[in-house]
Amino acid sequence: MEKIIEVSDISYNYSDDHPKVLKHVSLTINKGEWVSIIGHNGSGKSTLAKCLNGLIIPQEGSVHVGGFDTRDPEHIWEIRRLVGMVFQNPDNQFVGSTVMDDVAFGMENHGIPREEMVRRLHEVLRLVRMDAFADREPYRLSGGQKQRVAIAGIVALQPLIIILDEATSMLDPEGRREIIQTVRSLNKKLGLTVLSITHDLEEAVHADRILVMNQGQVVKKGTPHEIFKTPELLEKIGLDLPFAVKMNGLLRARGIAVTGTALTEEELVNELWTLHSTM
Amino acid sequence: MFNLVIGQYVPLDSVIHRMDPRSKLISVFMFVVIVFLANNWLTNVLLILFCLGGILTSKISPAFLFRGLRSILIIVLLTFFLNLFFTGGGPLLLHIGWVRIYQNGLIQSIFITNRILVIIVMTTLLTLTTSPMEITDGMETLLNPLKKIKVPVHEFALMMAISLRFIPTLLEETEKIIKAQAARGSDFTSGSLKSRMKAIVPLLVPLFVSAFKRAEDLAMAMEARGYHGDFGRTRLHKLVWKRRDTLLLLTMGLLTVALILARL
Ligand SMILES: Nc1ncnc2c1ncn2[C@@H]1O[C@H](COP(=O)(O)OP(=O)(O)OP(=O)(O)O)[C@@H](O)[C@H]1O
Ligand SMILES: [Mg+2]
Repeated sequence: MEKIIEVSDISYNYSDDHPKVLKHVSLTINKGEWVSIIGHNGSGKSTLAKCLNGLIIPQEGSVHVGGFDTRDPEHIWEIRRLVGMVFQNPDNQFVGSTVMDDVAFGMENHGIPREEMVRRLHEVLRLVRMDAFADREPYRLSGGQKQRVAIAGIVALQPLIIILDEATSMLDPEGRREIIQTVRSLNKKLGLTVLSITHDLEEAVHADRILVMNQGQVVKKGTPHEIFKTPELLEKIGLDLPFAVKMNGLLRARGIAVTGTALTEEELVNELWTLHSTM
Repeated sequence: MFNLVIGQYVPLDSVIHRMDPRSKLISVFMFVVIVFLANNWLTNVLLILFCLGGILTSKISPAFLFRGLRSILIIVLLTFFLNLFFTGGGPLLLHIGWVRIYQNGLIQSIFITNRILVIIVMTTLLTLTTSPMEITDGMETLLNPLKKIKVPVHEFALMMAISLRFIPTLLEETEKIIKAQAARGSDFTSGSLKSRMKAIVPLLVPLFVSAFKRAEDLAMAMEARGYHGDFGRTRLHKLVWKRRDTLLLLTMGLLTVALILARL
């Protein structure tokens, strides 16, 4: 598997009199995977994300993106093109006065020629199903639509990875589903790597890999099954477990022998109705 | 409360909409200057006719335009009455108490009010027919020569575009805060001027705090999307000067000549 991001032993604090926000964090992200980072408020998730596109340069350790070192100022703009970021508040990242202008903003910054820009513009708006809204002003869009525009603006730059920093946390369930579906289809269709930072463990269940952060450290890494095998750790650091995982625990406490591998409602239902069938 | 038309683009398909923002900007600028040539009935009527022509070709519904202008009517009326009461000359028309209205005063106030009105209508027409992006692009291109003497033209244009973009967002936020404060028993609509001013403070503080937070987030997002100033930047919008733009400037030239000739 091809590594596209390699974080080796980074530590960071915002200023000398602050405690360290990241402590000796190391991780790698491979091409095409969907990685979720979970952790409670203030555990350093956003700070870590900002290290990945060079918005923050850690005091210790190094970050490599697509072979470039973020400490090298010569490649910083290339790195920012390769690492797209969608932030939490849909309103505060919408720069253009229309959907079209906003999607173009990133391409304009990176000096993409006009003809190419127009071509990609239509392509990415179709990908996120916003082509009918090209001339809309941001205040006439829903939160989910604004986030889809933000995603389009990033995809237009043909990045290696897209980071969602709680990009769905301000949306209603409908908007949340829209975004996750959009990103999932990009992940499948274009092989886009996704790093999703979230509080929502229901969402993290669908990731290929989960990193658990606590107090500036990655305390656990693994597939969702590995992570949720020991739900006690997640509960201890104050995360709300997915419904199916909670049910597994409760069922077991009542002496019902579920395997505990079901992570979604659907898997749990399937397990329950086949529990006593002998065929 | 927030039905200002000024600064609101109405996307329609008219000749004026399709014109280059540069020609429109130059024309409005010229118009604001030559309005001061009007000093008699003929020239003032000429200005009004020109405005009406502009409104008709823009396909913007006059009712919509004038409804939006209502909010600045008070300034216009104030100018009218100030001039009416304090300009003398000519025969006395009316004398009630301390109010004396002279013929010259009446005519002057009509002329001045008319000038203000046509200026407002024309500038509003500009913003109604030109998207904020086009206006800032146009300004940036027109002021481009100033970059040579290190005037940050691009930065100003971007600042303007972003401010315009955030007006609706901040208005929405203000409304939300007003409602939130009203739900806590704060009253913005009645009471003495002093108590009303006091009620505004708990409105402004959260508004400013959130505006700064937004600015910080936006700066971060812009940087993450590779914004690094004007250097090496390409443009989605290309401004193209067509024949109709030259024609517009010619029309403005004609109007200027006509005003000079018709002036006393
Ligand atoms: N600009 C800053 N200056 C100083 N300290 C900061 C700054 N940004 C974050 N911190 C601190 O760094 C720590 C980690 O913050 P970070 O935003 O990375 O957490 P997070 O895991 O993203 O939290 P959340 O889930 O709330 O988004 C927090 O204790 C926070 O107070
Ligand atoms: Mg965060």
